Amino acid sequence: MNPLLINFAYIIASIMFVVGIKMLGSAKSARRGNLISSLGMLLAVVVTLFDAGLNYSWIVGGLLVGSAIGFLAARLVKMTAMPEMVALFNGFGGAASMLVGWAEWNRVAGESFTGSVGVPVEFTISVIALAVIIGGVTLSGSVQAWGKLSGKLGSKAVVLPGQTLINAALLFGAAGLGALLAVGPDIGLTPGLMNVLFIVMVILSLVLGVFGVLPIGGGDMPVVIALLNSLSGLAAAAAGFVILNNVLIVAGCLVGCSGLILTLIMCKAMNRSLANVLFSGFGASGSSSGA
Amino acid sequence: MPHRECDMDLIQLLFIFTLAAFLGYELIKRVPSQLHTPLMSGSNAISGITIVGAILAVRVGAGGFDLILGVLALVLATINVVGGYFVTDRMLAMFRDKEGR
Repeated sequence: MNPLLINFAYIIASIMFVVGIKMLGSAKSARRGNLISSLGMLLAVVVTLFDAGLNYSWIVGGLLVGSAIGFLAARLVKMTAMPEMVALFNGFGGAASMLVGWAEWNRVAGESFTGSVGVPVEFTISVIALAVIIGGVTLSGSVQAWGKLSGKLGSKAVVLPGQTLINAALLFGAAGLGALLAVGPDIGLTPGLMNVLFIVMVILSLVLGVFGVLPIGGGDMPVVIALLNSLSGLAAAAAGFVILNNVLIVAGCLVGCSGLILTLIMCKAMNRSLANVLFSGFGASGSSSGA
Repeated sequence: MPHRECDMDLIQLLFIFTLAAFLGYELIKRVPSQLHTPLMSGSNAISGITIVGAILAVRVGAGGFDLILGVLALVLATINVVGGYFVTDRMLAMFRDKEGR
């Protein structure tokens, strides 16, 4: 199909997402809003299938397997367990953005970091790093939130000594590696070393997600899931910058920003600041002072 | 994807990113608190848009590890999208039953 037509359909899909989110904001229209947004997603997926050079047998297989698992999980989950199911779905979304970034990394590495026509390779690597780091944090953080809410992992806040410092070190480590990779081709890092640093960055971001959610108690999990949801949107937007795809950027950024605002609204409803929720170890200090 | 006038392309993409951020803010500025969870769930399904990126990653000629990465991304994104929309719909159906009573 003509790329122009595909992009036109992406615009329609984006409009449907915007209308969908708007309608989700009021009780009367919420269910229809969700339907409109899902039809927008269907449109985006269907027109993407017309892109040239796709491996259809694997794509159809992947879509079928994913749909079956998603449908069954959403149908079978108990009403009370829905929030943790959303957390898990969200983690999968983050993981997908991370893996898309990873696949693109391999492509760029396969071209010896020369970059696509016209796009500076530093930019491509930077947004790959963003997609991988944010996606990785979303994945492990969401799985941790799922575990805490479902009681599979202890729901209490666990605060390690120097927790905030450890998290800051992990964050700066991952971001620093991303920056180093971005300038790697310019300062003459070997492809082998680049690949090793990339894997270390993946691991750091996964550990950061676990450690970031560790000090947060079960009661604060809804706020954390809202924040992780925002992050998964940003990861998708970053992946959109990697493959220069506008529907990923628009939808991802919409979710990223509305999710962040929703997070702040939820904090405000509890009379707390986001920093307080994230760093105070609320559940932990609460239980120890109560004892 | 060949992009020749890249500077303009990147600027345009950053431009729509910025506008989408403000739009996201405006869209949910005032939402009743009982709708927070369905809204979160519904927008989580939208963040599964990365499914488009995953489809584009599963290309003819991608072999071995790259194929695994692409297909895994596709399966996970599809679970996020399909599961996300269905679970949101269930939440909202429950919500409307309560309203009706």
